[in-house]
Amino acid sequence: MNRIGVVVFPGSNCEYDALEAMSALGAEAQFVWHSATHLDGFDGVILPGGFAHGDYLRPGALARFSPVMEAVAQFARAGGAVLGICNGFQVLTEAGLLPGALQKNRGLTFLCQPTTLIVESTKSVLTRGTTVGQEMVIPINHFSGSYTCDDETFASLVANDQIVLRYKENPNGSRDDIAGVSNVEGNVVGLMPHPERAMSTLLGSADGRVLLEGFVGAPVGAH
Amino acid sequence: MEVNYPVIVDVTLREGIADPEGATIERALPALGFNGVTHVRAGKSFRMNIDATDESSALAMASALAERLLSNPVIENATARSATKG
Repeated sequence: MNRIGVVVFPGSNCEYDALEAMSALGAEAQFVWHSATHLDGFDGVILPGGFAHGDYLRPGALARFSPVMEAVAQFARAGGAVLGICNGFQVLTEAGLLPGALQKNRGLTFLCQPTTLIVESTKSVLTRGTTVGQEMVIPINHFSGSYTCDDETFASLVANDQIVLRYKENPNGSRDDIAGVSNVEGNVVGLMPHPERAMSTLLGSADGRVLLEGFVGAPVGAH
Repeated sequence: MEVNYPVIVDVTLREGIADPEGATIERALPALGFNGVTHVRAGKSFRMNIDATDESSALAMASALAERLLSNPVIENATARSATKG
């Protein structure tokens, strides 16, 4: 059974959804407080959605200096599977573990709605159970989700197959409709949509399952 | 001897980075009767006092902390200036 750590910052608010989703998929999930200094014994780590440290300064700007982030960086370097959802994605970009940045949505509206996503790469730990071109309906819930990067970074994302998911219809002004990206190796992934909120057709969509199943089954890192 | 220097750090979006806040403000201005206002860019300003032996050291520290914390160099520029002079 895979052990998954769900990092909790002051201001996280999707940690229970993430924990529940992991448990539903048979993983042994537990919370990791942001002051933790190691992630020994975990096979994967999730940075959940919310407003870590109140999103003061910029989303993720203060959370990246939480002690646990040094452990997350070490875990990622060792090949461990790391998933940042929404605010977790913002934290990973601020920490430099993923390229680019998330800006305020085009139109300055807070968006809370289902979106259709298209799988662009299957090399990441999140999309390894999917096929390129596969469509899925996953909700978004954010104010700062417009993915931004410079031309050089964008070229390297394309060249290294790091664009994981795109929006079918761009809701927030993200560059090239990007909804999620990975690092070069594919073991660190961030996305603005919430797969943990798409676990059951009763709640609108079960399309998040195939993503999180891939993550739970992700190869065990060096830890 | 260390002196307390008032410093202002301005954080602005890098050129070429879309600024939805600035664009929204710019669009609102004509309705209020302010015509001919263009190139509006939104940013942040931080004021602080820094203990240092001279002003250039204070500004150097402000630049360093602006680079590390106050700005995201991926999308923003930060400049530090003295708050005692115009």
